[in-house]
Amino acid sequence: MPVGRTPRVSGLQRQVLHFYRNVIRTAREARPAESQQILQFARAEFERYREVDRKNYQLIEHLLRKGTKQLNLLQSTEVIGVQLHRAAAS
Amino acid sequence: MREFQIYRWDPDSQGKPSYASYNVDVNSCGPMMLDVLFKIKDEQDHTLAFRRSCREGICGSCAMNIDGTNGLACLTKVDRDPSKKSKIAPLPHMFVVKDLVVDMSNFYAQYKSIRPYLQSKTPADATKEGGEYLQSREDRTKLDGLYECILCACCSTSCPSYWWNEDKYLGPAVLLAAYRWIIDSRDQFTAERLAQLDDAYKLYRCHTIMNCAKVCPKGLNPGKAIAKIKQSVHLSHAV
Repeated sequence: MPVGRTPRVSGLQRQVLHFYRNVIRTAREARPAESQQILQFARAEFERYREVDRKNYQLIEHLLRKGTKQLNLLQSTEVIGVQLHRAAAS
Repeated sequence: MREFQIYRWDPDSQGKPSYASYNVDVNSCGPMMLDVLFKIKDEQDHTLAFRRSCREGICGSCAMNIDGTNGLACLTKVDRDPSKKSKIAPLPHMFVVKDLVVDMSNFYAQYKSIRPYLQSKTPADATKEGGEYLQSREDRTKLDGLYECILCACCSTSCPSYWWNEDKYLGPAVLLAAYRWIIDSRDQFTAERLAQLDDAYKLYRCHTIMNCAKVCPKGLNPGKAIAKIKQSVHLSHAV
């Protein structure tokens, strides 16, 4: 690949990137404390599935639907934020 | 012992969907498919996921595809013939969340879009009945065969038209609900409701295939309600 050229992304990859941007946009509209928590939660969810095979489009589409659903919930006025809790390592 | 094949898919396992086979002694459990599912979940595989609530066909949670026909697991009798095997799958053409659980958000959003509640142009306390909307017996009987719908989505997901156009076609269940409000004598937005439905996709994707009436676990006829909506749209008043 020539240097300085952005890598080509598939349609599904573009959808995922678009979704991630939407999450960041939503987080920015929340209050500062919640904003951080939303970003943390989104990051953790993305990291959880980092190792998913890129050809496993069935799972990726499922996760995209799940994420969109959660984002819609987060954007509704009744919901303020989301918080990530880690179970203490025993 | 009888064999049951159940669709399994767990998104967290990252595996592909498959049918798992379970052998159940049908003589030691209840008569319905839901009893069999419970027996499998209790005794053989705790990870099996399915929705259920009332176990008597009033909540509409346990809608699934049983031996190729949509129905409520709690109302579908299990054939006791041990030589036969049953195949249980989630509702067709719906996104699977896990195993037999499907994503109903599109279906519910469509239901919301028809405004499934009484709409009035005069404030409630201005009606002469003192805040109540009264209805004659004849007008009430028009709602029979419509109000019983439990929104289990068996009909919509059995409709080929809905399979191909689920984003634009409302589907039999939602149209039945729409007709329930169109024909209600107390609702004053009949004209607006009809105008909203008068659309090549929303309403006219119904090609009277009538799978909806065949599978409805409550014995309703959504196809007939859709025909009535078409008639009402044509005459521009509720019939």
